[in-house]
Amino acid sequence: MNKKSLSQLQIVLSKGDFAVTAECGPPRGSDPGVISKKAELLKGYVDAVNVTDNQTAIVRMSSITACTHLLQMGLEPVMQMVTRDRNRIALQSDIMGAYSLGIKNILCLSGDHQSFGSQPDAMNVFDIDSIQLIHAVRAMREEGKDMSGFDLKEPPRMFIGAAANPFADPFEYRVIRLAKKIDAGVDFIQTQCVYNLDRFKEWIKMAREEGLTEKAHILAGVTPLKSAGMAKYMAEKVAGMDVPESVIKRMASVPKEKCPEEGIKLCVETIAELREIKDVHGVHIMAIEWEEKVGEVVKAAGLLPRPEPT
Amino acid sequence: MIVGEQKPLAEIKKTVAPYKKLLILGCGTCVKTCFAGGEDEVATLTSALRLTLKKDGKEIEIEELTIERQCEDEFIQEAAEAIARNDAVLSLACGAGVQDIARRFDKVPVLPGVNTTFIGVLEKQGLFTEECVGCGDCELATFGGICPIARCSKRLLNGPCGGSKDGKCEIDPDIDCAWQLIIDRLKTLGQLDNLRNYIPPKDWRSSNAGGPRKLVREDHII
Ligand code: SF4
Ligand code: SF4
Repeated sequence: MNKKSLSQLQIVLSKGDFAVTAECGPPRGSDPGVISKKAELLKGYVDAVNVTDNQTAIVRMSSITACTHLLQMGLEPVMQMVTRDRNRIALQSDIMGAYSLGIKNILCLSGDHQSFGSQPDAMNVFDIDSIQLIHAVRAMREEGKDMSGFDLKEPPRMFIGAAANPFADPFEYRVIRLAKKIDAGVDFIQTQCVYNLDRFKEWIKMAREEGLTEKAHILAGVTPLKSAGMAKYMAEKVAGMDVPESVIKRMASVPKEKCPEEGIKLCVETIAELREIKDVHGVHIMAIEWEEKVGEVVKAAGLLPRPEPT
Repeated sequence: MIVGEQKPLAEIKKTVAPYKKLLILGCGTCVKTCFAGGEDEVATLTSALRLTLKKDGKEIEIEELTIERQCEDEFIQEAAEAIARNDAVLSLACGAGVQDIARRFDKVPVLPGVNTTFIGVLEKQGLFTEECVGCGDCELATFGGICPIARCSKRLLNGPCGGSKDGKCEIDPDIDCAWQLIIDRLKTLGQLDNLRNYIPPKDWRSSNAGGPRKLVREDHII
């Protein structure tokens, strides 16, 4: 890869800086103002911003478009792409298009099932899975070929990410799956939100023993809690989430109006602990519809200033 | 077997309404086994339909017949006379049976009385489960005999997804996560290493995505 094509996220990670990424959900409509507002809140506090792709299967402005809006505002996007809605033809075509627009990071996902979303009557695609998508994006970058083996002129050279959930079952298999993602060509991993640090550490240890932490940068996911109710909801209702009883108790122990503050405090403490873990190279802050707090978290965690984009 | 479920009576009543003489045609194979369209179901449906039509003051003459299979000409011909005597056929076979009857009797309206749901098994009394979607290139050897295409909600070949919890699928706590089953089974067989290898994208040409399929057996052509 030539220097010019490197993403800022890649530069930060390869220099060994502790990276900070956040998330921006596109609006349910065509108003770019929603994105610029979120972008303003995040600018200067993060190295890159994930843009979700019809997250939880709710129809929203496309990820590519929202990424382009971010680029125009001087923020670096990480384009999330799910295999739920597009077959391999559409995926490859969109990746080429995205790269032509200046989008340099991709996060490959299979996506939430449409039964969770606003249009559960839709047909899904799932032509390929997330690992096969990673493979395809890497082949474009490294071999300059599309999935049919055709030589591309100006192939997209994406910095490739994937998600990992250290808390999902079957636990012992999670590391095998992580290995598969890394072998397929992943450069960085963003994990599910960490509330259970013990289990997270155990997972990292297993990954380290397999030599995986040397092959990809691991960014630990965090989400500041707003209330005890939110903690409980996540513990019980959100697939693949692990919120220990102690966290719920802690949130419930403070008066309601103090909960957001406590949630931020807890989040900052978690980041401090995560920074102590040798093979954690950054944090991914998912403050869903609470973007105004990202700056506060980053500042309190002592992660400012962010490295200047080169 | 092909698993199906009888359509609601109200829907059946509506579709048969235009006809005066109706043949309810059962099938004695798959749909019989899943209690949707065998002899017994034909009889029950006939009485129920008669009753509700009578209540509405409508008159339709109904004849009952069940043949061994509606997907084989040899058996279909046994129904020829009954079909000829009636204005329409309500077939309680799977979608293939309905179409085979329609193919062989081109002047008779053939109506479906069953919703064909899947290729599956009777897992236990009263419970039928989907096992196969007929992808045309069986990969069960890799997956310890559990099909991720039919049984994982996202058809993941390199699963599981991040939503698998306590052995259940993220979309419904009543559905087993196929990938948990695959992993457990391969562990038992000592073949967990099958899953370390990357499984490339499937060639869907052998499936329905490649257009309607045909199977030609030269050795059976006479
Ligand atoms: S791999 Fe294909 S043929 Fe085999 S069980 Fe699954 S869907 Fe059926
Ligand atoms: S939970 Fe299991 S069965 Fe459900 S989509 Fe994920 S891997 Fe497939």
